[in-house]
Amino acid sequence: MSAMTLAEKIVARASGRASVTPGEIVTARVDLAMIHDSGGPRRVGPILKRLGAPIWDPSRVALVIDHYLPADDPESAAIVDGARRYAAAEKLGHFFDGEGICHVVVPERGLLRPGMFVVGGDSHSPTGGAFGAYMFGVGATEMAGVLATGELWLEVPGTVRIEWTGRLAPGVSAKDIMLFLCGRLGMDGGRYQAVEYVGEAIRALPMQERMTLANMTAELGGQTGLVPPDAVTAAAVAAAGGDAGDWARWASDADAPVLEHHVFDASELSPQVAAPHSPANARSVAETIGRHVDIAYIGACTGAKLADLHMAADVLRGHRAAAGVTLLVAPASRHDQARAEADGTLAVLRAAGAELLPNACGICAGYGTARFGENVTAISTTARNFRGRMGADSSQVYLASPYTVAASAIEGRIADPRPHLSGASR
Amino acid sequence: MSGRAFVFGDDVDTDVLAPGRYMRLPIAELARHCLEALDPAFAAEVRPGDIVVGGRNFGLGSSREQAAEALKALGVAAVVARSFAGIFHRNAINLGLPVVACAEAGCIAAGDRLTLDLAAGTLVNATTGETLTFRPLAPVLMTLIADGGLVPHLEKRFRAPTTERSA
Ligand code: SF4
Repeated sequence: MSAMTLAEKIVARASGRASVTPGEIVTARVDLAMIHDSGGPRRVGPILKRLGAPIWDPSRVALVIDHYLPADDPESAAIVDGARRYAAAEKLGHFFDGEGICHVVVPERGLLRPGMFVVGGDSHSPTGGAFGAYMFGVGATEMAGVLATGELWLEVPGTVRIEWTGRLAPGVSAKDIMLFLCGRLGMDGGRYQAVEYVGEAIRALPMQERMTLANMTAELGGQTGLVPPDAVTAAAVAAAGGDAGDWARWASDADAPVLEHHVFDASELSPQVAAPHSPANARSVAETIGRHVDIAYIGACTGAKLADLHMAADVLRGHRAAAGVTLLVAPASRHDQARAEADGTLAVLRAAGAELLPNACGICAGYGTARFGENVTAISTTARNFRGRMGADSSQVYLASPYTVAASAIEGRIADPRPHLSGASR
Repeated sequence: MSGRAFVFGDDVDTDVLAPGRYMRLPIAELARHCLEALDPAFAAEVRPGDIVVGGRNFGLGSSREQAAEALKALGVAAVVARSFAGIFHRNAINLGLPVVACAEAGCIAAGDRLTLDLAAGTLVNATTGETLTFRPLAPVLMTLIADGGLVPHLEKRFRAPTTERSA
C-alpha cells in the first residue's frame, strides 16, 4: 500500500477503502455531524421534510445554540426557539443550549477524537483538526444530505504541510501564527486542501492554542487543518471524558507526498495585526502601532477560550482599560468562564474594566443587535474582519491575539504586548 | 446557457454575497442585498440567465450557503471565476448552481455576452469573439448539477417515483 498522509488515512477509513489518492471523488461516512442555530434546524429541517427522510442516526448529531444568542429581538428568539423544539422532537444525541460556541463546546464534552471524520455546519469546523479529527464545514443543503444519508461526496485533498521550527517567544501565540500565515500565503493559501501543522513549535502548543490554529485554517482557505495527535491530544480528550483510542496510528507516513511544504521559524515571529478588512492584511504589530481604538473585543471560538482569557489577564493584571476604550469579553463557553472565574482570571479582567457578554458568538457573528456602530475602530481576537461583518460598514476592525488586544485596551491604541507581559500565563 | 457578464474582482466574500444583517430574512429579500456593497445596482439589474464573473477565491468566508442561494434566487445561471473558495464551491454544486473555474476569467468585461458549455468545458465570449476553455466538473458532480442540486438528487433516492410527481 502506498504511503499516505494523515488526511488521506482518515478519508480512506471513512470511505471504507484501503487507500485513497488526492483528486479522486469518494463517498465518506460521517462519524459526527455538528449543527448550530443559524445554519441548522431552520434550514435543514425543511429539506429533510421535503425528502421525507428521517435523520440517519440522531445519536451522531450535535446541535449547539450559539449564533443568535443573546436572542434579544423577535426574529432571533424565534430562530432559537425553533432550534430547541427541533432538538427535542428529533431526539438529537447532543444538545447544548447557551453552553457556548459550537467549536469549543463539542470538544470540551469529549465528542472529538483522533481519526474521526466529522462535518460541521459552520466554516470554522476545521477547529476539530486540533484533536486529529478530519473536520470541515459544509452548507445547510449539504448538511441536510448528511443528516438524511450519513454520508457525503469528497474530493480527496492533497496535503499542504506547514512546519514551525523553534519556539514562540513570550507574548506571541497561535493567533499570531495564523495571522502571519494569512498575510504570507493569502486567504487561498490552503487551496481547499488538508493543511497539516507540524514542528517543534506546534507540538509545544497546549490544546486550546492548537484549536486556534486549526480554527483559522478557514481563513487560510484549507478544507481542514490537522495537528497530528500526540500525548497532549490524548490527555485533552481524556480530560474531556473521551477516549483517544489508538491515536498513534493517525500520523502521516514519512514518505507520503505532499503538495507544498512550508517551513517557518517560530522564534522569529512577532505579534501580528491584520488591518481592515481582511485577515490577509496581517503584518507585524510595529506597522499599525499607535492606531487609536474605541473597542477592544475578546470573544469568539478562536479568541475567548480559557487559554485566550489567560493571555488577556497576563497583560491586564493590575491595569485598567484606557479612558474611552470599551473592553468587551465574551468567554467562548460557560465551562471556560467557570474555570476563569475559579482561577481568578475573570477578577483580573473585571478589575481592568471589562464588560462580560454571553457565552455565544455575539458580535463576531454580527447577527443580532449587538454590533459595532458607525466609524468605530475595534481591535478584536476574532477570526475575520470583513467589511460590515461585526458592525456598520464604516466600522474598522483590526485582528490580533488576546495579548495584543489587551495591551491595546490599556494604551487606547494598538500596542505591542511584549512590554506589558506580567508572565502569569507562562 | 448564455447571458450577460456581471464582473467583480478578487476575494468576493460571503458577507458581501449574503450580508449577515439580512440573514434573518427570507432568501428572496436577502438576495436583494446580494453584492450591494460592491455594486448597489446589481440585484436590480441582473436578469435570469446572466453570469457572474469573479477573480480569485470567489466566495471566501463563512459556510452560509445563502451566498450561493442568493445568486440562484436572482436567476444567475453560473459563476465563472479564476478560483473559488472551497465551501462556496461545494455549496454551489449542491444547490445546482454551476461554478466554472477558469484561469482566464480576468479577460471578461462587464456586459460581455457569454455562452457556457459545462460538459465541453468551453466559454464563448460573443462580444470579443474569444473562446476560453476550462476543466469540466467530475461526472458525478455534473449529475448533481443536472439534477438541480443535492436535494432533487436525493429526492430520487428517498421518494418513490409515484410520489415524485405529486405535491
Ligand atoms: S464565534 Fe465567530 S467565528 Fe466562531 S462560530 Fe461564532 S460566528 Fe463563527
